[in-house]
Amino acid sequence: MSAGLEGVRPPEEWIRAAVDTPRGYGAMKRKEDARFVRGRGNYVDDVVLPGMLHGAVLRSPLAHARIVAVDTSAAEAHPKVRAVITGEALAGLGLSWMPTLSQDTEAVLATDKVRFQGQEVAFVVADDHYAARDALDLIDVEYEPLDPVVDATRALDEDAPVVRDDQDGRTTNHIFDWSSGDRAATDAVFAQAQARDDERVVTADILYPRVHPAPLETCGAVADMDPVTGKLTLWTTTQAPHAHRTLYAMVAGLPEHKIRVVSPDIGGGFGNKVGIYPGYVCAIVGSILTGAPVKWVEDRSENLMSTSFARDYHMRGEAAVTADGRLRAVRVHVLADHGAFNATAQPTAFPAGFFGVFTGSYDLEAAHCAVTGVYTNKAPGGVAYACSFRITEAVYLVERLVDVVAHDLGMDPAELRMRNLLRSDQFPYRSPTGWEYDSGDYPHTLQVALDKAGYDDLRREQADLRRRREAGEDVPLRGIGLAFFTEAVGAGPRRSMDILGLGMADGAELRVHPTGKAVLRVSCQSQGQGHETTFAQLVAAELGISPDDVDVVHGDTDQTPFGLGTYGSRSTPVSGAATAIVARKVRERARIVAAAMMEANPEDLEWSDGSWQVKGVAGASRTIAEIALAAHSNLELPDGVEGHLDATCVYNPPNLTYPCGAYVCVVDVDPGTGAVTVRRFVAVDDCGVRINPMIVEGQIHGGLADGIGMALMEAIAFDLDGNCLGGSFMDYLVPTALECPSWELGETVTPSPHHPVGAKGVGESATVGSPPAVVNAVIDALAPHGVRHADMPLTPAAVWSAMQGRPLRTDLAIR
Amino acid sequence: MQVPATFGYELAPDLAGALALLARHGPDARPIAGGHSLLPMMKLRLAEPTVLVDINGLTELGGITVDGDAIRFGAMVRHAEVLDSAVVAEHLPILRDAERVIADPLVRNRGTVGGSLCQADPSEDLSAAFSALGATVVITSRDGERTVPVREFHRGPYETAVAHDELVTAVRVPIRPATGSAYEKVERRTGDWAVAAAGAVVSLDGHTVVRAGIGLAAVGAEHFVAAEAEEALRGAPATAESFAEAGRIAAEHCRPTADQRGPVDYKRHLVGVLVARTCHRAAARARGEV
Ligand SMILES: Cc1cc2nc3c(=O)[nH]c(=O)nc-3n(C[C@H](O)[C@H](O)[C@H](O)COP(=O)(O)OP(=O)(O)OC[C@H]3O[C@@H](n4cnc5c(N)ncnc54)[C@H](O)[C@@H]3O)c2cc1C
Repeated sequence: MSAGLEGVRPPEEWIRAAVDTPRGYGAMKRKEDARFVRGRGNYVDDVVLPGMLHGAVLRSPLAHARIVAVDTSAAEAHPKVRAVITGEALAGLGLSWMPTLSQDTEAVLATDKVRFQGQEVAFVVADDHYAARDALDLIDVEYEPLDPVVDATRALDEDAPVVRDDQDGRTTNHIFDWSSGDRAATDAVFAQAQARDDERVVTADILYPRVHPAPLETCGAVADMDPVTGKLTLWTTTQAPHAHRTLYAMVAGLPEHKIRVVSPDIGGGFGNKVGIYPGYVCAIVGSILTGAPVKWVEDRSENLMSTSFARDYHMRGEAAVTADGRLRAVRVHVLADHGAFNATAQPTAFPAGFFGVFTGSYDLEAAHCAVTGVYTNKAPGGVAYACSFRITEAVYLVERLVDVVAHDLGMDPAELRMRNLLRSDQFPYRSPTGWEYDSGDYPHTLQVALDKAGYDDLRREQADLRRRREAGEDVPLRGIGLAFFTEAVGAGPRRSMDILGLGMADGAELRVHPTGKAVLRVSCQSQGQGHETTFAQLVAAELGISPDDVDVVHGDTDQTPFGLGTYGSRSTPVSGAATAIVARKVRERARIVAAAMMEANPEDLEWSDGSWQVKGVAGASRTIAEIALAAHSNLELPDGVEGHLDATCVYNPPNLTYPCGAYVCVVDVDPGTGAVTVRRFVAVDDCGVRINPMIVEGQIHGGLADGIGMALMEAIAFDLDGNCLGGSFMDYLVPTALECPSWELGETVTPSPHHPVGAKGVGESATVGSPPAVVNAVIDALAPHGVRHADMPLTPAAVWSAMQGRPLRTDLAIR
Repeated sequence: MQVPATFGYELAPDLAGALALLARHGPDARPIAGGHSLLPMMKLRLAEPTVLVDINGLTELGGITVDGDAIRFGAMVRHAEVLDSAVVAEHLPILRDAERVIADPLVRNRGTVGGSLCQADPSEDLSAAFSALGATVVITSRDGERTVPVREFHRGPYETAVAHDELVTAVRVPIRPATGSAYEKVERRTGDWAVAAAGAVVSLDGHTVVRAGIGLAAVGAEHFVAAEAEEALRGAPATAESFAEAGRIAAEHCRPTADQRGPVDYKRHLVGVLVARTCHRAAARARGEV
């Protein structure tokens, strides 16, 4: 340590994590980071195959236009071009349209019309990436421009152009109506609240604008169709390799055993890499046509303009409350902008995802929501960006609405929340919209956060600053914002949750080598979540070995069992559970072998301190390593053991897990410019048992940064011609370290009663919980200016406009 | 990955060599300095130069030097050098203020003073700061040197007084007595281009403003200056009221356009606030208060 740093020590826990590997759970450095920090990761774009060709996609410059003609002759004449694929060519193969994950269809390459700016029109395969890009300029597409549908609130107008006239008989842009909760009971409570003097109805129109997951690694694929064996190997950026394999088999008619999907290291997913994109399909077709491997990797603008966006929910929230601050009922209407194709990724029975969890963390008498989905001339996708299937929208709605209630009643938002939170004795709790919350102690979690933040002092400081401002001093506007969220993650029980008919279960296989080292194979896929560490710790804890002795294999369908993948914070709740159970199966096999080794009865053995011991006989014990060697030796094996300890398992979760958290954000607003500075952020998360607290905190850090991004700067708006205004990182801003305060984290631990190790998911908690905390803080700061609500992102212009009483519409071009 | 169209590349050995290469390759060749404006435009295929003439080896275009009652910035001086310069900190705090909010360290390590001026992006912070300072641009061709006041240098968005076979070689900034300066920018996020930015250079005689330079970026101000506001300040007392009035005048005369950074009324409002703030800070610095 250099002289200047003497005496400065990192926290004890970090030092231990850097030096020791815990036997099971505990802070431990991520095993995968050794290769990432050395630049030895292997991403899709790192895959180089002999004779590999390169693809590029020609995209529509217009949001809505009829395709009159596509002339590819000049591109085909380019000396380095090997193939040019158009929608018409794909139509000949029956592949110009493909099914989406929401029972809709989506164009692979446009044939009749283009329906959003950036839509795929043609695909060029060339010797190198430069030539492929050059050739795009040689393709001549004649378009006949059509009026686009841009403003979602006008999509159902009588005279709105019809986006999906490819569908027989369709005359409107209406996709679906979906509702949840008891409408009659809810309306009855609202009628009472309206009629009574000591109750009222509070309403707010709240937009969650279109945002983008923007993973640093964009989407791409290397398709290699072996013309001899007929086997397709597809290296691709997918969060769900097995589901992709099955879908390719179903859609393209390729035999499933002749498809291998490999999702190597992935540079961030956040839901962006759940769906199948036209570029992947084109790479496969390109490989089939040319007989050579074809790589296609999109650039940043292509990623932002054409791949799965998130949110785009126009919400009206209403709360029926008593004058003294008891929340009785919540009613919501949502207009959901799904873009040109309904391609959201979600369980089949849930067209609005898990938005039904909008009653949040509160004890309500009744609740109802109605969601209407519409088509517009924008990129398709949705339900991406760490949203837990629309719980991000649901939590934002209810947490913003509760703050509006506090504002209208003149109550402190912490006190209002404390009054209405579910109590611990109400768990398991069945919500008015039918969700069964597994566990939690909400008032305790909120209190821990308030104490950590020093809430009362913060309010005193704020009052003091407000007094000084009124006296003419040049001090900032201070705001304090709260959010309390309930998440519902780990989809999900097979009986009610499937994606395109595939039940949302996950598999695990565990092998123990003769020397006691283990290999775990799981169906989920890591995009940075640290599975190779957390899952190794899960196995290690069950088998009494070191996580260093467990290798975790994932992301290759030829090497791992079937399962639906990583999104919706489901890895630990589902695959983590599968891992714990498969390790316990191995342990039970080991018990039989250990009994044979020690010539005892299996029932007389107990698992203690990482080994099987004969009860009451000191020294009579065997570790997993000893047992594994014996299982492969010439030991006479009893019935039920075949000579190995290996096991497999498929985990079908009995319920979702329900993490929760209480967040406090403190901001300053410059009253002259509207610029917001986040001063502090306190996040107290309850995700049940923490397997690796360091990884959990890392996930929370990332999600909090996400929240600051969405609250203050991220949005994809469109102008009235349908031009995407967020198509580069100069236009679509993601936060940097400088916008983030030093996070202040805390925890409470309420184990999930139904998860084998009591863990709940955490990957998306902070992304779900932080946007309302930041927005509530900014609106709180603006209270002296009479601001009650303003939509994200709260850029300086949006803040200032709200202060003038002219809030911006953040989904459209600023005029 | 975005890739540019095919182009040729020449590494210029020295100034004379660079000028010869530019002349030889004609109007579709471009000099490349830090490349932080030109390369992104090439990758987006908004620019397709046939040849790049690399001037990064031209040591004669380097250095920040005091030259009589002026400070000379070589065209190849990087943003980071401006930010770190003691001479700048002492005499031209407006440049240090500006550099702190230009892009990020990666861009600042490569991007240059000359490139910033020649790019002539309407949001370029250094153009506003040099305009406020009343700098002079030195342009060199094979026929020799000529100088152009920075307020005549920009001919419009992305257009300058530099011909295809010329290079900007230096920028000269006068050092004035009893003068202070400051710059402030509002951005949506660190490293973002300005929503609006203002720089002020204020010279005092006792309590009176004897000369004011006010530069504006990103708000459609002609030649990056608020000439009417400068005029109004000349001879005015250095008070909050005068500076607020200068802000009001600057806001009235600039011509911002609406985009995702903000509506027109907001940008005008910002000009008012930022001009008043920077004048105030510049005057305080002129008095040696900060
Ligand atoms: C992410 C990002 C953020 C940025 N943010 C900001 C910001 O907030 N504020 C800001 O002001 N700028 C910003 N910039 C621009 C940055 O300051 C650039 O570096 C600068 O504009 C150009 O300098 P350069 O040396 O890189 O020029 P280059 O890109 O090399 O050249 C730009 C143009 O000038 C010409 N040129 C260069 N040098 C000369 C010369 N000596 N004589 C004649 N012509 C010449 C080139 O031919 C080209 O046309 C940003 C850039 C990036 C990439």
